[in-house]
Amino acid sequence: MNTQPVSPYQSTLENYHQARWCEPLLFEISEAGQRGIIPPPLEAGITESIGAPLQDVPSWMRRTSPPALPEVSQVHGLRHFLRLSQETLGAGLIADMGMATSTVKYNPPVNEQLVRSPKLNELHPLQDEETVQGILEILYRFEQILKAISGMSRFTFQPRGGSAAIYTNASIVQAWHRWRGEPWRNEIITTIFSHPSNAACPASAGFKIITLYPESDGYPSVEALRAVLSERTAGLFITNPDDTGIFNPKIDEFVHLVHEAGGLCVYDQANANGLLGIVRAADLGFDLCHFNLHKTFGTPHASGGPGAGASGVTEALAPFLPVPTVEFDGTRYFLDYDRPLSIGKVASFYGAVANVVRAYAWVMSLGAEGLRAVAETAVLNNNYLLARMLEIPSITAPFAEGKHRLEQVRYSLEKLTRETGLHSSDLARRAADFGAHFFLSHHPFVVPEPATIEPTESYSQADLDTHAAMFERLVKEAYTAPEEIQSAPHRAAIHLMPDPSYLEDPQRWAITWRAWLRKHGKNAQQSAMAENEASTKKTKEE
Amino acid sequence: MSGENKEIAYPYIPNALPHIRDRMLQRIGVKSIEELYEMIPERLRFKGKMDLPGPLHSEYELRRHVEAILQKNTSAAEVISFLGGGCYQHFVPAVCDEINQRYEFLTAYSGRAYEDHGRYQALFEFASMMGELLNLEVVSVPTYDGYQAAATALRMAGRITGRKHIIVSRAISPDKLSRIANYSSPFLKIKVADFDPNSGQTDIKAVERLLDTETAAIYFDTPNFFGCLETGINHLITLAHQAGALCVVGVEPLTLGVLRPPADYGADIVCGEIQSLGIHMQFGGGQAGFIATRDEERFVMEYPTRLIGLLPTRVPGEHGFGEVAMERTSFLKREGGKEWLGTMANLWGITAAVYLALMGPQGMKEIGEGIFARTSYAIRKLAQVKGIRILHLSSPHFREFVVNFDESGKTVEEINASLAQRGIFGGHSLRRHFPEMGESALYCVTEIHTQAQIDLLADTLKEIL
Repeated sequence: MNTQPVSPYQSTLENYHQARWCEPLLFEISEAGQRGIIPPPLEAGITESIGAPLQDVPSWMRRTSPPALPEVSQVHGLRHFLRLSQETLGAGLIADMGMATSTVKYNPPVNEQLVRSPKLNELHPLQDEETVQGILEILYRFEQILKAISGMSRFTFQPRGGSAAIYTNASIVQAWHRWRGEPWRNEIITTIFSHPSNAACPASAGFKIITLYPESDGYPSVEALRAVLSERTAGLFITNPDDTGIFNPKIDEFVHLVHEAGGLCVYDQANANGLLGIVRAADLGFDLCHFNLHKTFGTPHASGGPGAGASGVTEALAPFLPVPTVEFDGTRYFLDYDRPLSIGKVASFYGAVANVVRAYAWVMSLGAEGLRAVAETAVLNNNYLLARMLEIPSITAPFAEGKHRLEQVRYSLEKLTRETGLHSSDLARRAADFGAHFFLSHHPFVVPEPATIEPTESYSQADLDTHAAMFERLVKEAYTAPEEIQSAPHRAAIHLMPDPSYLEDPQRWAITWRAWLRKHGKNAQQSAMAENEASTKKTKEE
Repeated sequence: MSGENKEIAYPYIPNALPHIRDRMLQRIGVKSIEELYEMIPERLRFKGKMDLPGPLHSEYELRRHVEAILQKNTSAAEVISFLGGGCYQHFVPAVCDEINQRYEFLTAYSGRAYEDHGRYQALFEFASMMGELLNLEVVSVPTYDGYQAAATALRMAGRITGRKHIIVSRAISPDKLSRIANYSSPFLKIKVADFDPNSGQTDIKAVERLLDTETAAIYFDTPNFFGCLETGINHLITLAHQAGALCVVGVEPLTLGVLRPPADYGADIVCGEIQSLGIHMQFGGGQAGFIATRDEERFVMEYPTRLIGLLPTRVPGEHGFGEVAMERTSFLKREGGKEWLGTMANLWGITAAVYLALMGPQGMKEIGEGIFARTSYAIRKLAQVKGIRILHLSSPHFREFVVNFDESGKTVEEINASLAQRGIFGGHSLRRHFPEMGESALYCVTEIHTQAQIDLLADTLKEIL
């Protein structure tokens, strides 16, 4: 047995405590007359010239009572949100390998400085092209970069997220079949381990979805695919490796069979972190692909967006891309709207452009060798952690057992659940007490009691050891002090929320403060919490 | 594999150092990285070297390189810009930037409601403050942009009513119309209702002609694409309801410190854009949308987005938050969910929350009045210029208005080129989408424009035309 390395972060694990401000809502600190900012005043010359500011607006359209927004000083407004930021476990603070399938990695501050330049921040999207040559050049250059990485012919950065890119790709698949005179092709095939959006987005575009399930080696069989192919097949939407980190080695056969049936193949490369420089979508025969710039390409996840989805297509499908495309005539960059087969606009303007600038800077800082080092290190880190995790009793990695994985692993705590009654979701809640978190799985849980971990290239050996040590501790605690886990978290910003009916019952849910006040009254929270407290105590005593 | 023995210390990749690699490989029990890739057959491997520029390992070099490219831009802040059309140059309070660059918010993603409590609270407060402006109890977390908000709101209306047609006003952004068309086409048939060329407002008669028992919803924006308030709002909403349809209205939150919100007239789903609320333009990267409704189960269950709810914790006095009715979503139901859930634009929701908190009711009143007043002033001032005709003068305008140059005999491009030489970005041409308006441009003024700047625009146009 190997001696386990002791992480220098061991003490962080034991002594961590999140900020806990019990910060009231803005509505609760509001005081009549307080102001946080004064807008530019209306000049006397203007009022003298036109009279009352709203004189052109019919009186019945004017608001009679002001909106009940909070009234806070700037001092308190800033403090409020600073405190809330401290009560948020941003990836920058931790070795964030728990938000798996999301490829959480280092987000270099230099890229933040670049995108906050007035030369980008203050650009209006409808400026004359001559005045935006710089940003068009970056959009153009980054397209060339993604072409080299994927082997595809053209890209659009208009989709404002990964799922938006999948929808864009579904729209292109649809337009292609209609253009070819085969509008009856209305079935999309995907796999259960592909991100839910590979089912949901084509369904939103009107397709019928067929889902394939894995065999014991972690991927569906060729026979299973064959069985669902027909003249109705529009395409295959697939991740590879999928959420288990297992690569389907027969992917070229899959692509070939779908092509033979007349369908298109769409590669979800939202997370391509283990494959940069190793495998290219075009070489596998894919017709479309997409990258998430907020996953693989180092742009921050921004509390859940804006991200950016980059959709790539082959030459044959390029005419269907959203308008406009960015073109270069050898001397100047310009926007091309004259694309009659285009599916139209999939988002306003040109998408989340700042993320293209960040991603461009990220690739430029690494180069081809660096990108390959990203992929190889992500895979190295994942397999190191896999080795460590599998040494912990009652943690398994179902499918393709004994094999190495690419960039992530979906572990199972099924044995632990059987023996202790605790679920992986309970352990995940307890992880908050150690300054960590982990993703279980998308639904349905094909892997029982799942925990999906993706240690990207950003983390050190000590980080990986710390993470394994946390799991060791969680597992041990599950057997020795399960009540600590049941009542967790203890050291996070807030305590256990025992009554989820507040989120499910239409009579009780409150999506805004005004809804809360109507349904529960101002003091209801206190009494509800006291009630909860009493019942928690009672349960404990029992 | 390549790079394996390279002695480069990558600042972003701690474990790329060869001695650390070797140590870890040994612990895994393999000899090389190559063995870890055993799952990928040789025939599927990329054999070449990616043809990529760089690398610029030094941060200073990188910075100099990217800044040199960005330097080729001339930003709206360096000139006087009158561009609008869906993205707006407003004043951005410093606190908004301070908060949205906090590394905690910037780098968080989708942690649980415990360790990401602050993120949840900020998003709940965003929804709550929007709810006060809109007079509605349910507000989504931000959608990708206002286009998506409108497109989704209409799909929601289709599902709620079980009907298949939507009537969309042509007085909305043509690009938004394109997005709605692209997004609705699988399930909904779009009928476009023209606008009245005199008022610039949705033609109520045209809507009436298109309305039938298959109509799921009527959609329009107020202010609309031409800056006109839809003074027929009452009438349009009544029409929709009489036909058993819903009325979906796009609104600009910045007007709501002084204007009654669409819900007060009975609008069923209200949506729009929040870029005006403390978010920089970023060449269109600062867009984000919202959807809002009454708190009725039949509405709530049709949202595809996350909805944040308030709930107690086991400690009295402590707020907790969680996600409401997630069974709706594709995260739980895959293709059986409502549209899809994904990474959208939460950081802009947090930023808008900061903005609304700072502005409060008084700030929103002043900015609303300030923009209405400047718009009225600019219209009056430009109307005096020979060769210019302001269209839709009978309608009240907010922030934008259409300037027609037909009488001058010059094209918008010619005029804008002359303005640009004098440090002014003129309004953008409407010819491509609204050819019937002739040589017209959409002009925009906000609270950042001074009287002197508006006067300068009028004087310069006098000189050019």
